[in-house]
Amino acid sequence: MGNITTNKSIGTIGEDYAEKYGFHDPEEYFHKGARGINHEVVEMISKMKKEPEWMRDFRHKALDIFLSKPMPGWGDTEVLNNIDFDNIFYYIKPTEEQSDNWDDVPEYIKNTFDKLGVPDAEKKFLGGISAQYESEVVYHSFQENLKKQGVVFLDMDSGLREYPEIVKKYFATVIPAMDNKFAALNSAVWSGGSFIYVPPGVDVTVPLQAYFRINAENMGQFERTLIIADKGSRVHYIEGCTAPVYTTDSLHSAVVEVIALDDAYIRYTTIQNWSNNILNLVTKRAVANKNSTIEWVDGNIGSRLTMKYPCVYLVGEHAKGEILSIAFAGPGQHQDAGAKVIHFAPNTSSRITSKSISKAGGQASYRGLVKVHATAKNSKSSIECDALLIDEKSRSDTYPTMEIDAANVKIEHEARVSKVAEEQLFYLMSRGLSEDEARLLIVNGFIEPFTKELPMEYAVELNRLIELEMEGSVG
Amino acid sequence: MSKNKILSINNVHVEIEGKEIVKGVSLQINSGEKHAIMGKNGSGKSSLANALAGHPNYEITSGTVELDGENLLDKSATERSLAGLFLGFQYPLTIPGVTVANFLRAAIKARNGDGIDIKNFRKVFKEKMKLLKIEDSFATRYLNDGFSGGEKKRLEILQMAMLRPKLAILDETDSGLDIDALKIVANGIMESAPKDGGVILVTHYQRMLDYIKPDMVHIMIDGRIVKTGGAELALELEAGGYDKLETEVSQEVGV
Repeated sequence: MGNITTNKSIGTIGEDYAEKYGFHDPEEYFHKGARGINHEVVEMISKMKKEPEWMRDFRHKALDIFLSKPMPGWGDTEVLNNIDFDNIFYYIKPTEEQSDNWDDVPEYIKNTFDKLGVPDAEKKFLGGISAQYESEVVYHSFQENLKKQGVVFLDMDSGLREYPEIVKKYFATVIPAMDNKFAALNSAVWSGGSFIYVPPGVDVTVPLQAYFRINAENMGQFERTLIIADKGSRVHYIEGCTAPVYTTDSLHSAVVEVIALDDAYIRYTTIQNWSNNILNLVTKRAVANKNSTIEWVDGNIGSRLTMKYPCVYLVGEHAKGEILSIAFAGPGQHQDAGAKVIHFAPNTSSRITSKSISKAGGQASYRGLVKVHATAKNSKSSIECDALLIDEKSRSDTYPTMEIDAANVKIEHEARVSKVAEEQLFYLMSRGLSEDEARLLIVNGFIEPFTKELPMEYAVELNRLIELEMEGSVG
Repeated sequence: MSKNKILSINNVHVEIEGKEIVKGVSLQINSGEKHAIMGKNGSGKSSLANALAGHPNYEITSGTVELDGENLLDKSATERSLAGLFLGFQYPLTIPGVTVANFLRAAIKARNGDGIDIKNFRKVFKEKMKLLKIEDSFATRYLNDGFSGGEKKRLEILQMAMLRPKLAILDETDSGLDIDALKIVANGIMESAPKDGGVILVTHYQRMLDYIKPDMVHIMIDGRIVKTGGAELALELEAGGYDKLETEVSQEVGV
């Protein structure tokens, strides 16, 4: 913390995003498909990627599922029902080939990632990085010593080419195409994303990161990520996302499957900072085997609508799942975020901490499910939902569902909605802080349980993003 | 050598939600002086303190206030603090997730801008914590979150010591303290109160005044200062209670 700046006017909110992240590049693409979705598009994507038969079939079946499945009847149905699927670009390949040298990446793309601080982060503290631009990973690098230990970190397309057995064994096992309409869509047109495999006993001590950038208007980005931590291994994966500011919507619909085998540990951190024209409809799910731990650390800033509920299936005895999330809903934004934990095995435990901040008419909803099957005796779960309203216009809703079918289960649930109290503001102002600074300090304190879990660089970045969002809150 | 006027309050009236609570108070504090304002609950002494600090719910409807020669009343709470006013809260607020050290750094940064000297900050911070017998772990605890009554009051004095105001108004800093804590807090006030500034001790009881001898004592009843005297006035009050005083006062004004 401590990076408090002086007051800026209300008018600068959108401009700041535009200047720092919301710019867009001219499109000098290797391939840009037509708008709209049908079997020809799917066939073209699969062909361009020279995929095996089984993946091509998988895509076509998934498209049929997508076309036949109804929209979810919950979340923000008005926005969902108004998505014009015919107006979206489903596949854009910006460059002919992926590179592991920034100098080989087209200048304008390199400049974009420079502005976003990606090569800087790579040098300073990452073990590997993937930079996806539109549909494809354009830059990828990975530390040699991790490769030597047998760790695999590739873009998903390369993963499918180079490790077909592992991909075939796990792909779509955690999130089948049938799961929901957007998982089906992703399954049909997926491109890019990360593939990670950590061999037994290997501890990847530096984070691996992927950065997702949407550039074109009406783009659909459908990355697909699969992470497998083999027995007793450990890995921390981080993803970040931004997009230009446009007047019409783009769609980001990822599918992320995470598998922790016995005694493994996976942390998956997301700091998304989408522009306010992105519909962010993502399915994320992890399977935790015996004694393993899954942690989702999920930061949702920006987007017009986010519907995302990171999930953990606790299938092995003594498995642990933790989901820690924050959502910031500003004007015109709806964050429908939450968490799901399904306890299948005995002695499993889970903890959900969800924090939301709503400002200037923003709407934040917590939607969560904790299910304890009859087989999951002696399991524990605690759920804490905390909402902070910055003003009277903003809104927060909580939709927790609990289904407990087992005996000897310990469940704790707490939900709180608080307002930034005038007394708190006065207390801080009486120490010389301006009203904006006081409010920002309260907000930063509110999300502190989240930021303290982030690597330092990301905590600083997140506080800066929150500061931008909070500017001009007064009045 | 004439003394510097630190605070001049002239015929101040304060309203809360349209109801007049302070009904014309005048008070002058010179540099180096400590004044006690005593009174029962509801006498208006805390309202006066909050109004001076710029609490939005306490409206000063008439009168003037000058801090070190500057008009205080056209300033926001923030500006009053930056101008050198400090209010030690009767009920300090909890700010979860904000550590004491980060909060104090932000408050000092608000004064000194980005030129805050971190090394010096740490040094002064450690000294002041030691003075108030505060453990180092205090620095990383969240502001008043889970603090005992005594810890909260010590933190208020720590803030005063760090921010070095021209005028400190300490609103019932003695309440909720046991005798040991009272001694430590009183000692902290004596050591770190602004030497050439002023202090107003707002209190119900005389006991803190055993440790901090006031230059003047003002008794407030029903929104007015009804009696002013030296330190001995507090002792009289302690012996006779507010009721005796109230009777005297009402006889004087012929009610």
